[in-house]
This record gives sequence, structure tokens and C-alpha cells, in this order.
Amino acid sequence: MAEPLEAFRGETRAWLEANCPPEMRERVLEEADVCWGGRNVRFKNDAQRLWLERMAARGWTVPEWPKEYGGGGLSADEAKVLAEEMRRIHARPPLSSFGIWMLGPALLKYGNEAQKKEHIPKIVRGEIRWCQGYSEPGAGSDLASLKTKAEDKGDHWLVNGSKIWTSYADQADWIFCLVRTEPDASKHEGISFLLFDMASEGVSTSPIKLISGYSPFCQTFFDNVKVPKENLVGTRGKGWSIAKYLLTHERSSIGADFGSAGRDTAAQIAKKRVGTRADGALADEGLRVDLARHDIDTLCFALTMERVKDEAKAGQDIGHLSSMLKHVGSELNKSRQELLMSVFGSDGLLWDGEGAHDGDMAKAWLRSRANSIEGGTAEVQLGIIAKRVLTLPDA
Amino acid sequence: MALVLNDEQAMIREAADGFFASEAPVSELRRLRDAGDTTGFSRDLWKKMAEMGFAGVLVPEAHGGSGLGLVAANLIQEAVGRNLSLSPFLSTAVLGATALAGASEDQQAALLPKLAAGDLLLALASDEASRHAPHLIRTRAEAAGNGFRITGAKTFVLDGHVADRLIVAARTSGEDGARDGITLFLVDPKAAGVAVKRTSMVDSRNAADIRFDGVQVDGADVIGAVGEGAAILDRVLDAGRTCLAAEMVGVSAQSFSMTVGYLKEREQFGRKIGSFQALQHRAAQLYCEIELAKSATLKAAQALDAGDKDAPLYASLAKAKAGAVARLATNEGVQMHGGIGMTDEFDIGFFMKRARAAETSFGDLSFHGDRLARMLGY
Repeated sequence: MAEPLEAFRGETRAWLEANCPPEMRERVLEEADVCWGGRNVRFKNDAQRLWLERMAARGWTVPEWPKEYGGGGLSADEAKVLAEEMRRIHARPPLSSFGIWMLGPALLKYGNEAQKKEHIPKIVRGEIRWCQGYSEPGAGSDLASLKTKAEDKGDHWLVNGSKIWTSYADQADWIFCLVRTEPDASKHEGISFLLFDMASEGVSTSPIKLISGYSPFCQTFFDNVKVPKENLVGTRGKGWSIAKYLLTHERSSIGADFGSAGRDTAAQIAKKRVGTRADGALADEGLRVDLARHDIDTLCFALTMERVKDEAKAGQDIGHLSSMLKHVGSELNKSRQELLMSVFGSDGLLWDGEGAHDGDMAKAWLRSRANSIEGGTAEVQLGIIAKRVLTLPDA
Repeated sequence: MALVLNDEQAMIREAADGFFASEAPVSELRRLRDAGDTTGFSRDLWKKMAEMGFAGVLVPEAHGGSGLGLVAANLIQEAVGRNLSLSPFLSTAVLGATALAGASEDQQAALLPKLAAGDLLLALASDEASRHAPHLIRTRAEAAGNGFRITGAKTFVLDGHVADRLIVAARTSGEDGARDGITLFLVDPKAAGVAVKRTSMVDSRNAADIRFDGVQVDGADVIGAVGEGAAILDRVLDAGRTCLAAEMVGVSAQSFSMTVGYLKEREQFGRKIGSFQALQHRAAQLYCEIELAKSATLKAAQALDAGDKDAPLYASLAKAKAGAVARLATNEGVQMHGGIGMTDEFDIGFFMKRARAAETSFGDLSFHGDRLARMLGY
């Protein structure tokens, strides 16, 4: 079994060597370095476009998705090899997309054949950029209390309401959206999972400015939006199961982001900026202790991600671990940004002007505070663990 | 290597869990403690552990052991942690056997079969300070005749009060804190000039303070090369640290399970206390922490078994994390049990005592945080 895998590694290494443009092996420095795809995609350069096209042609933007819908059809072992080989040459992900991280897995599980055939290949190739319509102004942690409604008008759904924290809604082509289709059913029973084009009449977006100065999120308004009947995924009124499944995926991928290696650790950055004593220890002893505690947890988390992947490959059920991974990953990223702010001292506070690098350090720190709010707050995750995993009693 | 147990290891885990739960549960610890037993464990139990292949878990099959490796030793020690089972497993099967892995063919042939059969107890006499400092060795071994004369004092020698043979780290050259110049010796505790004083610890386990007053040993008693004992000592300590991490994972998991059980059963203010969010979130947080400690511990054992160059880093990682987690798990366990958790009649206190003693053995969070930072280059 090891031998074919090694052969695959050899072929993959050679292919990546020949096809990954040098520019795509450099560190991601700014938003334009991330390729989100979509109808209005603006590639930063030719290398970015070529890299996406070449990877998409092999289905390697989504290595483990089935070949029949354009995915790579790789086994978990092969996908791991591909990831390792990409890491080896510091290859960037060819495509970042909510279609890959969230919608795709849900469609593969709950979508009908027509929906899969229509949407999955476009996600694989980065042709359609998706956004997620979940939270509402009155439905945050209590997501299932959402009020956006879709009325059955015979030949179409009529959608009215509003969503908040829709990431990049102003740049997205389509939305996957939780709507209430059965107004008389109980809170969790009346929700359906609907897909529609953001170019539809009645859809409007308004960016929200955050404490970091960025506006990655929008409030999105639906005013008598007509949606074809066939765009409902799964069973009418059973959208909450899809929502939960998708959140599980989202949580795992948020965790995975923070577990990924390849970037300098806070301690490595500190060493450059703070310097070392004659014996090689960091010059600031208090900071050194804080960094070591952080590294202990960071390494343990990376190993836990590895263990969970290996357990999944061995056929063990890992669904109950997603809240743990999301929670720990988020807290660690926040602690990393806090530590970096300490390492940089007053330089970390620079916001504007010469030498400020657009306030990158401070912005990254401010951005990280959302890690334990988005995708279910830390408190929601701990509640899920307490109730579902530990089966502690309800109030 | 995948971070999961293989089939053989899964079977060992099951066997170890069943064995310690029935043969050496917490009630046995209580019985031995209340009896003021000066051996501190049941010799019958140790014999049974030898029959199970546990005593020889790190002894090669050629020398009568089961040669299963450190991942297996960890699984045994994790079951020990869940049941607070008392035995010389750590001192003899882990520390002793790992030290003898660096010994000569003759030494191995003479000692390993007895060790695996449960007929030879070993103890590592290395620490001299109450806070672990592995290379701070002032005990001297001066060349004398065709051997050495050892003079110095050791403390916190686990199971040193009953050992048939001591593995003594002494300095044959170099400054007190230097890594070079340390040599390991096999010493008979009945030899002239050895004074063993049993020390009874908070966790009902025993150790010893041992003085060496011009103890004569000969060249055949040296383990490995003269002056190069630190390489073996560090490997022995890392194996011990990893097994202690596994034990602390067991201690954490069991005390957590008892605590969650209590949260589901105890009623106050007319409801189960486990329905209070303040307690739910702390329990959930603890669950996450235990999962982290598990991953690091398995990785450390695999790395040591594979001779991975990063094995010392993972050993420190596992010991640091499992120590911190065991402390949290048992402290929270006592706190969430409330008044009953403070009573001797209830078992949770035993877990807290063991967690503290296990963390103190061979380096706590501060020690291993410092060692890890050094190995990571800062």
C-alpha cells in the first residue's frame, strides 16, 4: 500500500514543480494575493489565473471531491500527500471559496443530482463565488430564531427579510440561505435551505465597517426576491439539519486554518525583534515564558488536528470533535495575535502613515477578536460540547 | 506514522484497562495506605503484571520481554493513572529497562530476563535537587582500583526503598551542571556505604533519599561509556516523562469522568448542578484540554519508539501539557465536588495528590516550557 502512494508522491511532486508558477510559491501578503474566483474575478497576475486553471483542470482545488462533478477523486491518503507536497514548495491554495469550505460538502450530501451537476463543477473551477446567508440582525447565537421568509407562490418562492455578517456579499454571485418556509412549524422545523443568484431583482447589500477598518461583511436585504422552486436543497422544512452539517464543516475548517504550519511562529518573530541573550534565550524572560506556553498549546493543537484526521481515515466518528477544534483553534489564534502585539510594542499600534504598513499588525489583532464570535461563539461551542458530547442536563 | 493506535495497541489498551480496574483499583491504594504498608505496592500484583507481559514491555523478546515499545507502555501507564494503581512499573519497567537498553550485552543478559519476570526491581537515582535539574549532578565517582568510588546524595529516588539495584548518575568529570562527564552505574543498595531512607509522599507512593559514602563499584558496573551517561540518562528521563504524561492523561480522564458524573447527579437549588452554565463551560473547557494532552502524549511515545530526532521536544511537550491538564482536571474535580471533594472518604482527592506528584517528577510545566523553548531556538 505504501508503494503506490510513494509513486503518487513522485508524480505529484514533478507535476507541481512543472505547473506551480514561482509567484504562487510566495507568501500571501495582501488580500489581492488570495484568489476567490467568481464571475467578476480580477486576477492579480497571469500566474494566479494559470495556477487556478491548472489545478482546477485536475480537480485539485478540491482534491477529495468525486471526479464525476469535477473534483480530484483522491483518497484521503493521496490528498494528504498532495497537501504535504504543496506545503513543501510553499504553494498557495489556488482558490479560496465558501463554495469549497461550506456549500460543496453540504450539496454533495443533501443536494439532488441536478443541483450537484449544476453547482459543484462551477465551485471546483472557481466560476461562481458563493456567500452564506445565515445570521440575521435578530438571530445571532440563537440562529434558529431566524425570520427571513420564503413564501410558496406556486411556481416560485418569494423571499423577504435580511441577513447580516454575509461575508463578501457585495462581491458574491450566489447565496446559500436559510429561510423560514413553514411559519407555523416549531423553531427548528420550519427552516429550508435555499440557493439563489445575488443578481436577482430585490437583492441589495450594504457593507459593514469593522473595528479593523475592513468591511468583509455586509448586511444583505431581500425585497420580494423571486427564487425558482427547484433551488431548495434537501427536504422542505428540514434545512436546519443541513445548516448544522455545514456549520460542522465550517468549524473544522476554521480550526484547520489556525492549525496550519508554514508561517513564522510568534516566538520566531519575537527572536528577530527582541533579540537573544548570550545563551540563545530570548532577551525578555517574561515574554519567553508566555511564548513557550503559547507554543505548547499550538503544538498540541497541531497534533490534535493530525490525530483527528488520522482517526477519520481509520473510520472513527469525529463529528463530536468539531466544536472542540473550532474553539481551541480560535482561542489560539487570538492568543497569537495578542502575543504579537506584545512583541511589536508601540510599533504594533501604528495605524496610518510612513512605516505603518497600513496598520497590518493592529488590523490582524483586531480581526482575530472575531474568531471566537463567527461560526458560533466560544460560548456556543462550549455549550455544544457540554450538551452533546458530555450530555450534561438542560436547565 | 498515523496518530492512532494500531490493532495490537488497541488490544493492549483493552487488556490493561480491564486488568488494572479489577486487580488494582483505587480501593487497593486506599487499603495499602491505611495499612501503612512500607513496600507501597503489592508484590503479588507485580508478579501478575509480569505474567501479563507488562513488566517486560520494553524488554526485547530475546531477553524474555514482550518488546512492545513505549506506545504500549503508555497505554499501560494510562490505565494505571485511571485506577491509581500502585506498582514499580515506572521505576522498573520504564526507567530501568530504558537505562539497560544502553547497557552491555553481559549486563543485559544478567538483568533483563529477571526484570521481565518481575524478579528484579530497579530505581533511578539521578535527581539531587528538590526541583528537577537533570544535569545538576554533584555526586562524584572517583577512579579507585579497577573501578570507582561513589560519594554523594540523591533525593526523590522513586521506589528506591525497595529496589534490588540502583542506577546511579554520578560525575566522573566536569562542572556540577555540565552535561558532559556524567556516568551511569549499577549499584547494589546493600553494598557498604549505601544508606537508603524511605520517604513517604503525599500520593501514598514511596521514594528514597539515598547517601553514597565512598561506595566501591568496579568497571563492569558502568552502563554505557564513562563520561557519556547523559545521552542515556536523557533518553531514560524522556521515556519516564512520556509515561508520566500518559499516566496524567489517565488521571485527568478518570477524575473528569467522575466529575461529569457528579454534575449529572448532584442537585442544588432544585436542579442538577450540571445544568448550570457556569459549570458546563468549565467542564467543556476541560474536555478540550484533555484532548490536547492526549495527542501530545501519543506523539511523544511514537517519536521515542521511532528514534525520531524531535522525540525530546515531544516528550517535553507531553509532560508540560499533561501536567498542566492533570492539575486543572483534579483541581476542578475537587472544586466541582464541593465539600465532599475535600473528604478523605471520597476518591477525588487521591487523584489530585497523584497529579501533583506526577507533575513534580522529572520536570513540571515551568521546567519543560523552558526546555521546549530552548529546543525551539529561543
